[in-house]
Amino acid sequence: MSVKRVVSVLRKEVREFRRNRFVIVTMGVLPFIFLITPMITIFKIPDSASGPQVKAAVGVISLLMLIIPIVIPPVIAAYSVVGERDQGTLEPVLTAPIRASELLLGKAAAAFLPSVAIAYAIYLVVLIGVRFGAAHVVSTVVFHPPELLAQLLFTPLLALWSIWVGIGISTRASDVRVAQQLATVASLPLLGFTSLLSFQLLKPSVALAIGLALALLVADIAAWRIVSRLFDRERLVTGKRSRAPG
Amino acid sequence: MRSQRWFQRRRVGLGWRPADWHGWVVTLLAAAAAITVLVLLRGSPARIPVTLVIVAAYAVVALATGGGRPAEEAPATTDEPSDGELPGPVGGVEQRLALRALTSARVSPSSTDEPALVVEHLTKRFGDRVAVDDVSFGVAAGEVFGFLGPNGAGKTTTVRMLATLITPTSGTARVAGVQLDAANGVDIRKRIAVMTENPGLYLRLTVAENLRFFAGLYELEQPESRIGHALAAVNLSGRADDLCGSLSKGLRQRVALARALLSDPAILFLDEPTSGLDPVASRDVHELIDGLRDRGVTVFLTTHRLEEAERLCDRVAILNTTLRTIGRPDDLRDRLFTKSLVVRTAAPLTSPDAVFAVTGVDGWRADDTTRYTLTVNDTRLAAPAVTRALVAAGADVLSLAEARHSLEDVYLELIDDDIEARS
Repeated sequence: MSVKRVVSVLRKEVREFRRNRFVIVTMGVLPFIFLITPMITIFKIPDSASGPQVKAAVGVISLLMLIIPIVIPPVIAAYSVVGERDQGTLEPVLTAPIRASELLLGKAAAAFLPSVAIAYAIYLVVLIGVRFGAAHVVSTVVFHPPELLAQLLFTPLLALWSIWVGIGISTRASDVRVAQQLATVASLPLLGFTSLLSFQLLKPSVALAIGLALALLVADIAAWRIVSRLFDRERLVTGKRSRAPG
Repeated sequence: MRSQRWFQRRRVGLGWRPADWHGWVVTLLAAAAAITVLVLLRGSPARIPVTLVIVAAYAVVALATGGGRPAEEAPATTDEPSDGELPGPVGGVEQRLALRALTSARVSPSSTDEPALVVEHLTKRFGDRVAVDDVSFGVAAGEVFGFLGPNGAGKTTTVRMLATLITPTSGTARVAGVQLDAANGVDIRKRIAVMTENPGLYLRLTVAENLRFFAGLYELEQPESRIGHALAAVNLSGRADDLCGSLSKGLRQRVALARALLSDPAILFLDEPTSGLDPVASRDVHELIDGLRDRGVTVFLTTHRLEEAERLCDRVAILNTTLRTIGRPDDLRDRLFTKSLVVRTAAPLTSPDAVFAVTGVDGWRADDTTRYTLTVNDTRLAAPAVTRALVAAGADVLSLAEARHSLEDVYLELIDDDIEARS
């Protein structure tokens, strides 16, 4: 594993994003707009509101916070391989001495960094808004330490999982649009998991948060290895399956 | 130059769109304000006028800060350089010096060197279709080797197999001294460079950024210096900061060549390097290949431009799924065509049978009344004898010359044979 090659891929991807800021802006705008209505709802909750009412409102916000890292990166991740193939830049890269695992790690990092940065930035805005604008009863629920820990840990791990699913689809898809649609659909099962957490059907505790985070981390690493094995140079270059993946 | 405008006019449709981050911030603020007003003033008659005021304010800001298209939105497929002077040709002293700095000194090829490439019984099938069938050949170190064949002959498939992009169905090869094997993929790719038919550049990145990316993939020491030399070698030093999307096809091809030269490859695979280029751009590529030959770089050139192969290649192979022939262009001509002399006279000969009955002439035919083609064993022996016989017969000789068959004749002869055999 060459860190230099991974960083080269990451730098290249980030440069391309910078030249096409529309990619990043559209990643951030949608979650931001989705947040406006629930945030207004939270601000309107009075101090006298009942516990279930507060928990339901905060649950919606928490759910959205965990949905952001799931729904933002698949679009970029799904484009990463099949998109390069479509624009004719993949073959020269594949003739360079880079391993599939290095190439994919660089591409995953490039999708991961803006996604997590945007997710954390929006979460920070929510926390500041709640701290200074919402009723004390809301603030108590939002600033519950296990909940905070779960948000902080699960945001990058869910994003990574979503990215590997997207890249996995991208290495096998024949068309960018199909890859992006499939990746979005494939990230939906994670919403069930986040709903359980957000509405406290799975009671967040520090131990549970750390345990689930470790399980997700293992799953993410396994996904990286599996997707790297699925990466078939011949299929990507010729559109036909090879006898032995290189 | 990058535009400092916040908004730009849409190319299609009406209105303006954000052009940089200022524009996006204004747009987001306006959207957030409009949504907030619509939600908070639900049921109030004031919400529509207030929303219209927000939209109007947004439009005023867009109009006040709007401008032309920024550079990064320049069309990515222009055929002409967008700005700046057209770079000069390749092949000057400066370019040769850069090539010298870029390529390591290699001993001149000799019979004792290990061949750069040894291919044995290489076969590739895609399902039922055989793309390459039992192909064997070798390429000496420092040789410029031409790989010719019609479209679909298997040239690119062979290059892809040797570059470890696709796996052979059967057969073996050694590429730059390394056994062709999936496990050796990285090792082989470190020693070679492939310039694909499509330059495959990142059009939103500059020329230097494209090369920097590949310098990183090859983990090159002193990448900036090598990038400088590579650009100088293709005479593009002045265009390092241009976006690749703004370059003409010929210049993009030069960038792709610079990229291929970056890693000082032992074997350089050039897949149709002059495809779609104008004569001037093609000449530049030829000059560069000549320069590489002088530096002892092994060049594997696939092309169907026969004059290009004839001019550049030490040896050529003609492929049409199977390897039809291989050798030096002169040897191929000798192998396929009998030697002949062409005689032109001012008037028809009265008795050509008697005139051409000289030593060394195996037969003759009249192409027209004053043009005769003679089949000979050795032109150096036959030509003086025929000249003497023509003079003795009182013929008015306009010319007597050896008939030259081009590589194209060889190629067409072989490919026509294949077409006939298949039909």
